[in-house]
Amino acid sequence: MDKKIVLLKDTSIGAADKTKEYYSLILNLLRDQNLQDSVQVVRVADIGFYDQGLVLKILPGQVTYGRVQESDLLPVITETIQGNKVLDRLALEPNEKQLRIVLRNCGQIDPENFDDYIAADGYAALKKVITEYKPEQVIEQLKASGLRGRGGAGYPTWMKWNFARQVKAEQKYIVCNGDEGDPGAYMDRSVLEGDPHSVIEGMMIGAYAIGASQGYFYIRAEYPLAVERIQKAIAQAYEYGLLGKNILGTDFSFDVEIRLGAGAFVCGEETALLASIEGKRGTPQPRPPYPSIKGLWGKPTVINNVETLANIPVILLKGGAWFGKIGTEKSKGTKVFALTGKIKNSGLIEVPMGTTIRDIVYHIGGGMLASKGIKAVQTGGPSGGVIPKEFLDEPVDYENLQKLGSIMGSGGMIVMDEDDCLVDIAKFYLKFCVEESCGKCAPCRIGGFQMLSLLENITSGKGTASDLAKMRRIALAMQKASLCGLGQTASNPVLSTLKYFAAEYKSHIEDKKCVAGKCRYLLNYQIIPEKCKKCGLCLTNCVFGAITGNREQGYILDPAKCTKCGRCYEVCKFKAINKG
Amino acid sequence: MKKIVKAKINGILIRAEEGTTILEAAKKVQVKIPTLCKHPDLKPSASCGLCIVRIKGSNKMLRACCTPLDEGMDIITHDPEIVDIRRTVLELILSNHPNDCLKCDRNNDCELQKLVADFGIRQSPFTQVLRDLPIDNSTKAVELEPQKCILCGRCVDVCQNGQDVWALSFLERGMQTRISPAGDILLADSPCVRCGQCSAHCPTGAIVEQDDIGKVWEALLDPEKYCVVQIAPAVRASIGEAFGLTGKNMTKQLYALLRRLGFKAVFDTNFAADVTIMEEASEFEERLIKGTKPLPLITSCCPAWVDFMEKFHSDMIEHFSSCKSPHEILGVLSKTYYAQKNSIDPAKITMVSIMPCTAKKYEITRSNEMSASGFQDIDIVLSTRELARMIKQAGIDFLSLPDEEADSMLGEYAGAGVIFGATGGVMEAALRTAYYFVTGTELGKVEFESVRGLKGVKETEIEVAGKKIRIAIAHGLENVEQVLTKVREAKNNNQELPYHFIEVMACPGGCVGGGGQPYMVTDELRLKRAKVLYQDDTNKQIRCSHQNPYVKRLYTEFLEKPLGPKSEKLLHTKYNSRPIYKR
Repeated sequence: MDKKIVLLKDTSIGAADKTKEYYSLILNLLRDQNLQDSVQVVRVADIGFYDQGLVLKILPGQVTYGRVQESDLLPVITETIQGNKVLDRLALEPNEKQLRIVLRNCGQIDPENFDDYIAADGYAALKKVITEYKPEQVIEQLKASGLRGRGGAGYPTWMKWNFARQVKAEQKYIVCNGDEGDPGAYMDRSVLEGDPHSVIEGMMIGAYAIGASQGYFYIRAEYPLAVERIQKAIAQAYEYGLLGKNILGTDFSFDVEIRLGAGAFVCGEETALLASIEGKRGTPQPRPPYPSIKGLWGKPTVINNVETLANIPVILLKGGAWFGKIGTEKSKGTKVFALTGKIKNSGLIEVPMGTTIRDIVYHIGGGMLASKGIKAVQTGGPSGGVIPKEFLDEPVDYENLQKLGSIMGSGGMIVMDEDDCLVDIAKFYLKFCVEESCGKCAPCRIGGFQMLSLLENITSGKGTASDLAKMRRIALAMQKASLCGLGQTASNPVLSTLKYFAAEYKSHIEDKKCVAGKCRYLLNYQIIPEKCKKCGLCLTNCVFGAITGNREQGYILDPAKCTKCGRCYEVCKFKAINKG
Repeated sequence: MKKIVKAKINGILIRAEEGTTILEAAKKVQVKIPTLCKHPDLKPSASCGLCIVRIKGSNKMLRACCTPLDEGMDIITHDPEIVDIRRTVLELILSNHPNDCLKCDRNNDCELQKLVADFGIRQSPFTQVLRDLPIDNSTKAVELEPQKCILCGRCVDVCQNGQDVWALSFLERGMQTRISPAGDILLADSPCVRCGQCSAHCPTGAIVEQDDIGKVWEALLDPEKYCVVQIAPAVRASIGEAFGLTGKNMTKQLYALLRRLGFKAVFDTNFAADVTIMEEASEFEERLIKGTKPLPLITSCCPAWVDFMEKFHSDMIEHFSSCKSPHEILGVLSKTYYAQKNSIDPAKITMVSIMPCTAKKYEITRSNEMSASGFQDIDIVLSTRELARMIKQAGIDFLSLPDEEADSMLGEYAGAGVIFGATGGVMEAALRTAYYFVTGTELGKVEFESVRGLKGVKETEIEVAGKKIRIAIAHGLENVEQVLTKVREAKNNNQELPYHFIEVMACPGGCVGGGGQPYMVTDELRLKRAKVLYQDDTNKQIRCSHQNPYVKRLYTEFLEKPLGPKSEKLLHTKYNSRPIYKR
C-alpha cells in the first residue's frame, strides 16, 4: 500500500471541538491494523468545509468524507485507506463556489514537511523564475495577472515592484507584512501556519524581481505557531540550498529573517511597520518618500501582505494570463475571507473576485444561523463599512465594495441579523481604532476619541440632535487630515451605518430606543403582573435595590434605580419581565 | 544643480527646486499655510494635520509640510472645505488643551493661541478632555507641563536627532500619548543636559524656561541687596526680535535698560570672555609647548556641553579646559575683585546673568566651584525671553532708550569677547591670543573666516610658529560624536592626534541659537544674529582679549597671572563622570 495521509478536522458548530479525540481514535485503530507507519494523520486548522461534523480528507486521491461517526472510522481505514474504495454515503461534494489558490495547500499538506510542499509543485515557480526569467519578465507576468495588494488598499503589486526595481541601490529589501490585526481576521495567520513555504517562495520571487537580497517577515508575536512554522520553513529552505548564496546555482542570493511585532494594529501600516523593524516607535511617517523608493534604513523596500505573496508562485507557474482570467475586470484572482457572524458555517473561505455576497452568505456560509433575517454584512474590518441586505447580489471586488461605502480590507466579513444594533457595531469598530491609534496625529488621536464619546452618548440615551452633525464633521476631518490609513478610514463604520441605517441612529437619539435591544442603557425592564408568579427570584437577584415588593402583593421594578443589568430578565422563569 | 519643477498654486504658475515642499513653495505666492507641528528649523513630523491642501479636482488632501511639489501639480491651498477641516482639527486640538491662556507663560506668544484667534474659534463643540499629568520642574532650567502639549513632536525631534540627548520621547499611545523621559522618570534624572532647545521649539506652553523673573524683582526691591547684572554676547543680537527688530545690536540700549530696571552696576559677560581667553589660551600654550596635559584641548564654556560630556563622554575629561564659563567668571570677579575695589560687602551682592541659555540656570549650582567667591557666584539667571518679558512688565519703551555704556572694571570688552556667542567664536578669540602667547607677536589679520558659519563640523589648519595647529568646531550636540570618535581612534591606535584644539557648543549656531533665545529660530536667523556679533567685533578698536586694558589691569591688580594660584582658585573648575540616568 502507498503511503497515505489523513487530514482531519471536527467542523461541528455549537459543540466542543472533538478533533483531538478522533485523532487519538484513528491513531489507535491504525496501530491495531499495523498501519501506523504507512499512514500519517494530520490535524488541520481549516479543511474547507463547515458544519459537516468530523471531516476527513484522504490523500492522495482527494476523497473527502463528512459527518464521520466513530463507527465509521474502521470502515474508512479498511475500505478507503487500504482498499482505495470510496464510501459514497460519507463522501462530500466539493464546494464549487470556492476556488482555492491562496489556500491551495492549507489543510492539504503537512506544513512542517518540506517534501510535502515540493510534491505540491513547491519552489517550481522560483526555479523557473530565477533560471529562465529576467526580473522584467516577472513583473510582466504580474502585470498580466492583475494581482492587487491583499492587505487592504488594493495597489497593483506589479507597480510596487516596478518602482522598487527601477531605483538604483546597492541594497534593497522585501518585507512580508504579517501584522494581521483586524478583529476576527485570520487569513494571513492560516496561510503562514498552513503553507509557510508558499509565502517564502512568493517573497523570493519578489526579491528576484526587484533586486533585493534580504527579506524580513514581520509577524505579530501573538501568532506563535505562525512564527514557529515560518522559522522551520526558513531553516528547511536554507538546508536545501533554496536560501542563502547562489540559489540553485544562479547569481541570485537571498536571506530571510523574522521580526516580531508587539501587536500594535498601526504597525500593519507600511511606514509604521518599517519603523518597528528598525527598532523605533511604530508610528507612521509621511509619504512620499514611498517605501519602494526610500524604505527600510532608507533603502528601497517592497512590503507585501502574506496573502499577496502566497499568490505569487501560482501566478508564475501557471502564467499571469491564467490568473487574469479569474475575477472581475479590475479585481483579479481570488480573495480569502474570514466569514463569521450569524451564519451557519463560519470559517475561512476563498472565492473568485466577483462572487456575490449572497453566494457567500447562503451557499458557502450555509445561510443565517437562526430564523432571524439578515440585516447587513460588514466587510473590511475597522476600516470598512456595512452593506445592507438590499445589496446582497452585488459582486465582491475592490471597486464595488468601495462604491457601496465599504472596502475589501484584509478580508473580514461579518454577517449581521436583526438582533444586531448597527450603532453598537459602529461603536465597536471605532473603539478598536481609538484604542489602536498611535497618537501621533491630532485628527485621528483626538477626533476618534471625540467621535467615540458622541457614540457612547447616543447608545446610552444621552444623544442629542446635533451629535450626528458633529460626528460628520469629525469624520470629514479624520478622513482628510489624518496621516495614515488608520485615521483616514476609522470613521468608515460610522459613516456607512449613518448612510444606510440613519433611522437606527434617529431612534436611539429621539426615541431613546435600541430596536435590536443591544444598547443596554436604552432598555427598559418591566414586570408584567399577569405573568408574575410572585416567586421573588428577581428581587433576590437585583443587587441595586430596584425591585421591591413581597410574595403577597407581588413585585415592582423602579426604573429610576434600575441599572439595566438584565439580571432579573435572565433569572425569571416565567418570562414575566418585559425587556424593550 | 537641482532640477526645477513647474507647478501651480492657486492658479499661479511657480517654479521651484525639486524637493521644495508645498508649504515652502506656497510662501512664494504669498500664502502662509497654517501648521502647528512644522518648525522651519526641523524636518516635518506631519502630526498636526492643519497644513492640508488639495490637488485641484481631487478629493484627497495632502499635507503641505511634507509633500514635495511635483511637476505639473495644481494645488489649492484654501477652499471652504479645507478651511472648515482646519477649523475642526483646531477645535479638536483645543478640546485636549487647557483653556488657561491668560495664565500661561506663552500667552500672546503661542502658536496655537494665534491660530485659534486667526480662525475665530468662539465655541468649543467638543467635550474638554484633559489628562491629569504632573508638571516636571526638576531640572531648574526648563519646565515640562505635559497637559499643554499638543504632541507636535518638535521637542522630541530636536532632543533625539538634533541634540542626540534622547531625554525626551513619546510614551504610551492614542489619547494617552505624552512626552516624557523614557521610563517615566523626572527630567533631572534623565539624560537631559538642559540645553533648552525643546523649549525654544515648543509651539505652546508645554515646555518653557523656568521663570525666575520674580526672584529678580524681589532682589531689586530689597534695599539690602546690591544688584549687579551681566549680559551675554548673544543676548544683544536677539533681544530686539522680541520687539520686532531683527539683526540689530542692542548692547547700548541694554545697558541703559538694565540701569533703569534698578541694577546698581551693569557689566558685560564679554569682559569675562576676554578673561576666559587669557586662561584658556594659556592652557593651550602649556599643553602645546610644555605638554603638561594631553591635547587636544576642548572648550568648556557651554554648560549643556559640559553636562553632555560628563554624562556621555567622560573619558574626555582630561582634555577639557578647566576654565569656567565666562558668566561664572564674571560672577566670581564681581563678588571678589569688584567688591573689594569698591568696598562692597559681597554677601549683599546679587548677581544676575542675562543669558541666551537655559543650561546656565542649572550651571550656577552644579558644583562647589560655582561658589568660589565664598558665596554663590551667580544668584539668578534670566534667559533672553525672560528679559523681554521683564522689560514689558516694567513698561519700558526699550527700542527708544538712549545709548549708555557698561560700568567700568567688568564692562569693557575686546572684539574677541563678543564673538563668543557664535559657533567658532571661542576658537577664533582663543587663536588670536594663543598666537600671541606662543609666538610673542601679534597677528596681522585677526579674522579666521574658516571657523565661522553654520557647517555642523568645521575643520581647519592654522600655522602658529611654524607649527600646524589642527582645529575642529562642532555645534549642535549631534555633531560631537564624529569629532570625538576621531580623537578616540587616534588615541587608541597611538596615532597622531587629529586635532589640537576643539570647540563645542551644544546649541546649533552656538549661543545665538541658544535654548533661551526668542522663538522661531532658523539658520537664516542664526546667521543674522551671528553677523551682529561679528560686526560688533569689527567695530572694536581692540580685537584681542590680551590687549583689553581692563583685563591687563585685572591681572596686575588682582589675579597676578593666568593659571596662577588665584586664577586657579577662582576661575577654574573640575569635572566628574555622571550617570546618564540617575537612579
